[in-house]
Amino acid sequence: MLEIKNLHARIAEDETEILRGIDLTVKPGEVHAIMGPNGSGKSTLSYILAGKEDYEITEGDILFNGESLLDMEADERAAAGLFLAFQYPIEIPGVATMTFLKTALNAQRKARGEGELSTPEFMKRVKDKAAELNITMDMLKRPLNVGFSGGEKKRSEILQMSLLEPKLCVLDETDSGLDIDALRIVADGVNRLRSPDRAMVVITHYQRLLDHIVPDVVHVLSRGRIVKTGGKELALELEKNGYADYVGEQAA
Amino acid sequence: MPAVQETIDRVRSIDVDQYKYGFVTEIESEKAPKGLNEDIVRFISAKKGEPEWMLEWRLDAYRRWRTMDEPTWARVSYPKIDFEDLYYYSAPKTAEGPKSLDEVDPELLATYEKLGIPLREQEILAGVAPQNRVAVDAVFDSVSVVTTFKEELKKAGVIFCSISEALREYPDLVRKYLGSVVPVSDNFYATLNSAVFSDGSFVYVPEGVRCPMELSTYFRINDQQTGQFERTLIIADKGAYVSYLEGCTAPQRDENQLHAAVVELIALDDAEIKYSTVQNWYPGDKEGKGGIYNFVTKRGDCRGRNSKISWTQVETGSAITWKYPSCILRGDNSRGEFYSIAVSNGYQQVDSGTKMIHLGKNTSSRIISKGISAGKSQNTYRGLVSAHRKASNARNFTQCDSLLIGQDCGAHTVPYIEAKNSTAVFEHEATTSKISDDQMFYCQQRGLSDEEAVALIVNGFVKDVIQQLPMEFAVEAQKLISISLEGSVG
Repeated sequence: MLEIKNLHARIAEDETEILRGIDLTVKPGEVHAIMGPNGSGKSTLSYILAGKEDYEITEGDILFNGESLLDMEADERAAAGLFLAFQYPIEIPGVATMTFLKTALNAQRKARGEGELSTPEFMKRVKDKAAELNITMDMLKRPLNVGFSGGEKKRSEILQMSLLEPKLCVLDETDSGLDIDALRIVADGVNRLRSPDRAMVVITHYQRLLDHIVPDVVHVLSRGRIVKTGGKELALELEKNGYADYVGEQAA
Repeated sequence: MPAVQETIDRVRSIDVDQYKYGFVTEIESEKAPKGLNEDIVRFISAKKGEPEWMLEWRLDAYRRWRTMDEPTWARVSYPKIDFEDLYYYSAPKTAEGPKSLDEVDPELLATYEKLGIPLREQEILAGVAPQNRVAVDAVFDSVSVVTTFKEELKKAGVIFCSISEALREYPDLVRKYLGSVVPVSDNFYATLNSAVFSDGSFVYVPEGVRCPMELSTYFRINDQQTGQFERTLIIADKGAYVSYLEGCTAPQRDENQLHAAVVELIALDDAEIKYSTVQNWYPGDKEGKGGIYNFVTKRGDCRGRNSKISWTQVETGSAITWKYPSCILRGDNSRGEFYSIAVSNGYQQVDSGTKMIHLGKNTSSRIISKGISAGKSQNTYRGLVSAHRKASNARNFTQCDSLLIGQDCGAHTVPYIEAKNSTAVFEHEATTSKISDDQMFYCQQRGLSDEEAVALIVNGFVKDVIQQLPMEFAVEAQKLISISLEGSVG
C-alpha cells in the first residue's frame, strides 16, 4: 500500500536536511510503529506523507497504491485515502465541528466522484461513531478544536478518521497529552478501524500506546534514517534500554 | 510554496469576470443634461411632480452644498470627482414611476430576473410560503420601476412605495420625517443627495403593526456616467416591527460611478426596525479600474422609549466604500445594534463603521464588525461610541475583528469613545488575524481544496454576523463572500 523509497527531504526555507534515505514498505492490514527520539524526523515524515508544503523532497519517491504521491496536493492525497491524525490539531474558530466533518466528508466524496451525503444519512453516521468515542452532540456543536481539552482534540481526530474511512492512517503521537482513560478510548477507536484492507503508521515516543495498539512491525528512526526494524518486542526493548543503542552519541 | 501563498495568488488572479452582475441592460433612457445647477434640481422635482415645499427643500440643500467641501478624513484615496461631469437623472423611458407589473418594460423585468429578483407576484406566490414572501421595490438608475405586494401590505396598514409616490400620496408623513434624522446639511454627500435624490423607498408601519413580510429594495445602476442618489425613509410607529433588506448591483464599466444614498430610520416607542444590506456594487477590475464610489449616510433614530434599531451589512462591492450606519439612542431603554462584514479584495478601499450616540437613560448598543482584506485592498473600521451627559447607565460592547489574506492588504481599526457620564460602561475588543498555513494544511489534509478551505475559515470568522441576517439571505451572503474572495467557488 505504502512504499517509501530512499526518501531524502529538507526544510524548504533553510535547507536543513531532515530525512536522509528512508525505506519503508507497509502492506494492507499492517500496523507499523515508528519510534525514535526527539528530532529524529518522525513528525516530518508524517507531514511529508500528507503533503505539507514546507519541505522539499531532494531524492527518492513515495508510492501510495503504486502511484507517486509527490505530484499530488494535500487534498488530493486525502481524497485518495491518506489520513493524518495530527499531534497538535489546529483550531478553526467559528466553524462547528459538525460543519467541518460534513464539509470534509463531502469534499472527499466529490473529489472521488461520489455524491454528497444527505444530512440525515450524515447525521446517522456521525452519531454512531461519536458515541463510540464518548463524544457528545454538544461537543460537535463547538468550533473545531477551540477550547478542546487534549483528550477531546485526540478523540475528535479519531472521529474524523473513522468518518472519512481512509486506506492509510498516519497517527502522529496520538498518545501525547492523554491520560490513561482517554488513551484507552482513543486506542479502542483506532483498533476498531483495523481491517485487512487498511494500513496504519503509528508514530510514537513511548511503548505505552503500543500496549493498546499492537503493531505488526516496529521501526526505529534516528537522524532521518530507519536504523532498526523488528517485531512488537522491539518496542519493549526500547522501553527498557532507551534509544542509546541505536542512536549513539546523539541520544537525547 | 506554502498553501496560503497559493490562496493569495488565486485571490490575485481574480478579475472582472468574477462579477456576475456586470451586464448592461440595453434600454432607452431619459436623462437630465449633464452637470448640476438649480435648473437640474428644478427638473428633477418637476419630473417627480413634487409639491412646492419639496422643491424649496431641495434648492436649500443645493445652495448649502455649493458652500461645502468633500470630507477627507476617511482612509480612502481617489481622484477628485468632477460633479459637473455627471448625469443626475436617468430614467428608463418606458417607466415614469411605478405602475402595475403589466405596464413594466419586459426588458426591465428580465433584468431583475437575471439578478435573481423575482418581481412577478404570481410567480412568487406560487413558489414561496406566505411567511417567506418578500415585497420588493425595484429601483433602476433614478427611478423606482415597480413595487410588489403593495395591496397585500396595504391590508395590514403598511405603506411601502417609492419615495416619489409617497411625496404625492402621503406628503404630510414625508414632510414630518424627511431630514429629521439626517439633516439637510449633515455632510457633503447627504446634502448633495438632499438636492438631487431621484427615488428610493418609503415605509410606514402604523402603531402596533408587525409588518407581515420582509420588505426589500433592489438598487440597480445601469446607465453610464450616472450618479445614483436614492433616499430611503422608514418609520415604525409605536409598537411596530419591520425587517427591511437592501440589495445593490451595477454593470462593469471602466469609469467610476457615484452612489450617494441617504437612509433614515425612525423607531417610536417600543418599535423595532431591522435593516439589512447586501451591497455588491461593481468593485472595479483587477487593476483597480472602474467600480462604484459608494458614499452613503445611513442613520437610525431610536426616538421612542424601548425602541430598537439593528443594522446588519454585508459589504463586498464598490471601489470606495464610505459608510457608517449609525443609531441615535434618544429614547430611554432604547437599543442599537450594528453587525457588519466588510470584504475587500483587489484595489478596493473600505472605510466603514458605525456611530452609537447614547442620549437617553439605560440605553445599550452592540457593535460586531468583521473586516476581511485580501489582494491590495485597504479595510478600515471607524466607529464612534458616545454617551451624553444625561445618558446614565449607557452600555456598549464593541468587537472588531480583522482577517488578512496575503501580504499586500491592510486592516485598520479606528475607534472613538466619548463618555460624558460616569455611569457609562463601554467595552471594546479588537483582534487582527491571518489565515495560517497550518489552518490551510489541516483543512486540506481533510480533503478540502484551497478555495474550500478559505471559504470555510472565512465563514467561521463571519458567523456571528451572518446569524443576524434573515434566513433566506444568510446563505446568499455566505456565497457572495466566497465569490468575492476566491473567484471560482460558487
